[in-house]
Amino acid sequence: MRWISWAVAWMASAALPVAAQSPQLAPAARYGIVLDAAHGGDDSGGKLTSGQMEKAVTLAFNVRLRSMLSARGFAVITTRESDTTLPPDRRAEIANHAQAQACIPLHATESGSGVHLFVSSITPSRPTLFVPWKTAQSAWVARSLAMAGALNAALLHAGMSVTIERTFLPGLDSLTCPAVAVEVAPDRAQDGSVTAEPDDAAYQAKVASALAAGMLAFRSEKSEP
Amino acid sequence: MIPRYQKVLFFLLLAASLAMAGILWHLRTRAHQRLLAGEDSVPTQAPEVTAAEPATLVVASDADGSLLPQDRALPLPADPGTRARVLLGKLLDVYAAPDAAHPVGGGAPGIAQVFLLPATGDAAKAAPDAQTAVVNLTGSFAAGHPSGIETETLTVLSICATLRANLPQVVAVRFLVDGQERPTLAGHADLTRTYLTANAVPSGGSSQ
Ligand SMILES: [Zn+2]
Repeated sequence: MRWISWAVAWMASAALPVAAQSPQLAPAARYGIVLDAAHGGDDSGGKLTSGQMEKAVTLAFNVRLRSMLSARGFAVITTRESDTTLPPDRRAEIANHAQAQACIPLHATESGSGVHLFVSSITPSRPTLFVPWKTAQSAWVARSLAMAGALNAALLHAGMSVTIERTFLPGLDSLTCPAVAVEVAPDRAQDGSVTAEPDDAAYQAKVASALAAGMLAFRSEKSEP
Repeated sequence: MIPRYQKVLFFLLLAASLAMAGILWHLRTRAHQRLLAGEDSVPTQAPEVTAAEPATLVVASDADGSLLPQDRALPLPADPGTRARVLLGKLLDVYAAPDAAHPVGGGAPGIAQVFLLPATGDAAKAAPDAQTAVVNLTGSFAAGHPSGIETETLTVLSICATLRANLPQVVAVRFLVDGQERPTLAGHADLTRTYLTANAVPSGGSSQ
């Protein structure tokens, strides 16, 4: 009769995919941040002017940001450390399993300028015990917007141009953590000419440093009553 | 032992259900062919006799992620579906122009068709005549679209906002590429979902 317990387990997992925790509950011993270098493997993402694939740029940026965050006492979890194919649902699984205090999907593009911050367009909802996988982020949207605000302030402070937008990005809506997708676009002069490409090491370091400062601000903001 | 009349009844019902399945399949195939044939029968250009009338294009800018309405005078056909296609074609022409603030190649031919259908679900509650626009993009437009969250999101939202500005009955938008559902526009913006036009409002620079 083992198949019955399998069937029950399967039905339970299908019906209740995410055991949602209220964002206010369960303070973790360390402040965890999930970094998700977007694309990888079969999915190259966009292509930069330099000829670099987005998947390689996000992976390099992921390494830079990880060391900046680790140096500031954050526990960093990465979804990938090599050129592997990861579907959006698998990334969300890794991130949700980590029960991190923040999740940051990383992208790079040749369009626009500076740093683009994105929060899910999903309609906010109150945290409940069980939330559907596809709309799990809805309980965290308010915190995600607060996190985007903290990152925006830090990036502006570092002299970068920033946009904050809402978007529908595959995988983002399944995250059960404050989540802000970061897209690194070229640094541009007033006339629109490119002064640094997204794969420029010094530019990446500058963006990563500002993001780390933004996460420090967000962490202290959260501990306030 | 099953009575004879029940056996007869069973086979009669079986035959009837098979026949109905066949008819349904035939109707579905015919409807699909009609849908595809529509591609050729709809005029690409607005008839020249149509007088120019006020229209609004909601145009995106990559620099600040803004969506700004621009008033135009355009000759537009009366049929709402064709009207929607001509309007979106004009929007894509703006993006295909040199020095565009939201550069995307392809222009008007990137919109294969726009179908207007009665809205369903939550979107239908907005108004009794609420409609869903199904925007069928060409594969070459999607293939040539720059890859990135911001650029793809702005294309999607400016299409939704332009439809809302000119056809207020359009409350929801779905996207197809070459008549098929596709996961994303160019690797980022989700094309599998229904976009509500109420969420695609023109906005200034979004750095708040
Ligand atoms: Zn990307």
